[in-house]
Amino acid sequence: MSTSEPVPAVRPARPDYLNASYGVRSWLLTSDHKRIAILYLITVTFFFAIGGVAAALVRLELLTPAGDVFQAETYNKIFTTHGIMMVFFFLIPAIPAVLGNFLVPLMIGAKDLAFPRINLLSWYLLVIGGLIALWALIHGGLDTGWTFYTPYSTVYSNGWVVVTAVGIFIAGFSSILTGLNFIVTLHTMRAPGMTWTRMPLFCWGMYATAIIQILGTPVIAITLLLVGAERLFHLGIFDPAQGGDPVLFQHLFWFYSHPAVYIMILPAMAVISELVTAFSRKPIFGYKFIAGSSIAIAALSFLVWGHHMFVSGQSVYAGLVFSILSFMVAIPSAIKVFNWTATLYKGSVSYQTPLLYALGFIGLFTFGGLTGLFLASLGLDIHVHDTYFIVAHFHYIMVGGTIMAYLGGMHYWWPKISGKLYPEYWSRVSAWVIFIGFNLTFFPQFIVGYLGMPRRYHQYPEEFQVLNVMSTAGASILGIGYLIPLVYFIWSMRYGKDAADNPWGATGLEWQTPSPPPTENFVETPVVSGRPYDYATGREEVALG
Amino acid sequence: MHFLPEEASSFAGHVDALYLFLILVTAFFSLLIGTLVVVFAIRYRRKSPDEIATDVHESGALEIIWTVIPFGLTIVMFFWGASVYFRITRPPTNAIDVYVTAKQWMWKLQHADGHREMNELHVPIGQPVRLTMASEDVIHSFYVPAFRFKRDVVPGRFSVAWFQATKPGKYHLFCAEYCGTRHSNMIGWVYAMTPADYQAWLAGGNPGESLAAAGAKRFVENACNTCHGDVPGARGPSLAGVYGHAVRLSNGQTVIADEAYLRESIVNPQAKLVAGYPTIMPTFQGLIGEEGLLQLIAYIKSLSPPAPAGAAAASPAPAPAPTPERKASRP
Repeated sequence: MSTSEPVPAVRPARPDYLNASYGVRSWLLTSDHKRIAILYLITVTFFFAIGGVAAALVRLELLTPAGDVFQAETYNKIFTTHGIMMVFFFLIPAIPAVLGNFLVPLMIGAKDLAFPRINLLSWYLLVIGGLIALWALIHGGLDTGWTFYTPYSTVYSNGWVVVTAVGIFIAGFSSILTGLNFIVTLHTMRAPGMTWTRMPLFCWGMYATAIIQILGTPVIAITLLLVGAERLFHLGIFDPAQGGDPVLFQHLFWFYSHPAVYIMILPAMAVISELVTAFSRKPIFGYKFIAGSSIAIAALSFLVWGHHMFVSGQSVYAGLVFSILSFMVAIPSAIKVFNWTATLYKGSVSYQTPLLYALGFIGLFTFGGLTGLFLASLGLDIHVHDTYFIVAHFHYIMVGGTIMAYLGGMHYWWPKISGKLYPEYWSRVSAWVIFIGFNLTFFPQFIVGYLGMPRRYHQYPEEFQVLNVMSTAGASILGIGYLIPLVYFIWSMRYGKDAADNPWGATGLEWQTPSPPPTENFVETPVVSGRPYDYATGREEVALG
Repeated sequence: MHFLPEEASSFAGHVDALYLFLILVTAFFSLLIGTLVVVFAIRYRRKSPDEIATDVHESGALEIIWTVIPFGLTIVMFFWGASVYFRITRPPTNAIDVYVTAKQWMWKLQHADGHREMNELHVPIGQPVRLTMASEDVIHSFYVPAFRFKRDVVPGRFSVAWFQATKPGKYHLFCAEYCGTRHSNMIGWVYAMTPADYQAWLAGGNPGESLAAAGAKRFVENACNTCHGDVPGARGPSLAGVYGHAVRLSNGQTVIADEAYLRESIVNPQAKLVAGYPTIMPTFQGLIGEEGLLQLIAYIKSLSPPAPAGAAAASPAPAPAPTPERKASRP
């Protein structure tokens, strides 16, 4: 664990967090937030690969109207695996646990997070929870969908409901502990001079996310505990045969799972705020509005869960309240989009790969967000609810939004994380391949959804085939698009050129320290004396003190 | 290729109009943002490596503009969406009744005159159809895309909803709520027919016993008539004329005796007890299946005067059911 081990000859003498010590033990017992971020990177990439393979199998089955590739039961298990792996073990941890872990201390001039060992614990919880869930999904199989609707999950399903729920329950504590760590760190460990309004917007986004993580995650934990208890002991909470209410489950589930959507998208927005300003070389437009809108989204996120139940028979008046509150979420989201766009105005725009991802994000998030308005409209939601329209909508947000931002952020900070440069040509190619593949996959799903194709269908009427073939073709392109960065990131660790400390000429404390940073992040604690993103007057104001 | 499903119900045009409005708003803002992003990215591309951008980074006026305009637009969408929703959720009084029982993985449909169908539903155009739906197992959802109509069927309660077909044709019926292994096989067809064709269809089959008559049998089989017999001094309230009217409860409140209340009073009698009667009725939870409950409700409804305004005109409403005693003596 200590830095006293000899430095091998192939590396320059400068000690950094990667060469500070060697061996599996030095990684598995590390309390360095940067190493933990690497552990998370490997973990979520693994879960993403599992979820991605499941997605490919789903699209393969849907190539033809007949259910001819898999049995119906197998198909149901595959889409459940896709949903659970992607939502709970990739999208929720991805940006906060990988980029957030690496960057929050660096961006605020701290040596580590507030609780380094709890940080390591939260990684172990994600791994243990994820492996338990994966074992249940593959060995036993689960066919409830990621939503676990009762009474199917509690009484009728033959799948491994309880074991999977235990896996998600454990991983939930990972999320809670990470959120707690970020909140305490941001409150207590900012460098001298870094006031709240001088904090990078990435940190504001992480702060808003952390609030949702610690307030929302306990609810899903309790809900899954109730599902498990009901299944094992027949308590009758959700079972109508015993006087229970199956819709109560939906209320509890969406009370967390709608805010969970914002656990996925707020960090993505936080990344985009950094990318747009860095590649326009210009202060972000409307700093306070972007920061405030993150908090507004976090607050509103807890008040909209009922829009998942417009056709469940909930009261008309509840429907009205949830509808108008859902519309209100559009406003802080629109504020962000307009401010990002305005940031480009009169900027000095450089089309490097991270910016391509950021511009892709702005387009896809705008479109995905606007299609959310269709679902918030009561009369229209009745038709499109539980069809491929909603599938398309949330993939625009989660894949077009969160994954685009995650990849953009990975490219932007990769020189800092690895100390190496990735190949610029191939990274641009992959950005375009992903953008095209994504739209070809999911745009046709809006149309087939409005035509009436329900989601979670193993077989479907023939008139929907053309659009499904387009979607499957797009998914193949998208899959290739995701493989390219995986290959060249790994390639660059060995063969990439050494990165400069600040290859983009960006502001921000993380660029004021070597690439890769030393274990203690900064040789001397930096002192901040000016506003963030101060490109106009040069970088002198953010000086190492 | 079609971009809209057929418009075959009285809601469809309203839903599609809102859809087209939202598409216009989406297209406008997507193109606006897309164009601005591309134009700015080209117009302000970096020309030299050490170029410094102009420091434009705030505008109170712009922030107000792009807060107020989306707010105004979403308010318009909210009221429009809500008005379409009210149209869909308020059942008219002159509807014909169809009773739906959903189970893994089929739809059982019963007409008031006793016609039964499996995964197929025949309805007349131009007349509202009121569905009273129950599930025998998990949550299902009755979805007819051509009607822009969907309603979850939640076990343990009745889901009541309605539609009015406007165009003769054969339309998909889907289960839209994931319900297990053969979810995508829980599909069928809705046949919307002209009134004349519909009458011919009704006359064609052998309807068998009407729902109300079947309910009357169950009323005796379960010995409901021993307490709810319409005689002075009975231990339970008379059910004649109860449906659709206000009932005073033992706690002083008043409820309208609709399908949901009647169902609750059978499976959980103590929940809302009628004022002036003892708490002696046992629960029938688990003793009477969903179809039996629907039959009993149909029977109790038949004891009330028919709904006003021509309900009987097009629907072959059951004749007032015979008294349970007489009915029971038949095989």
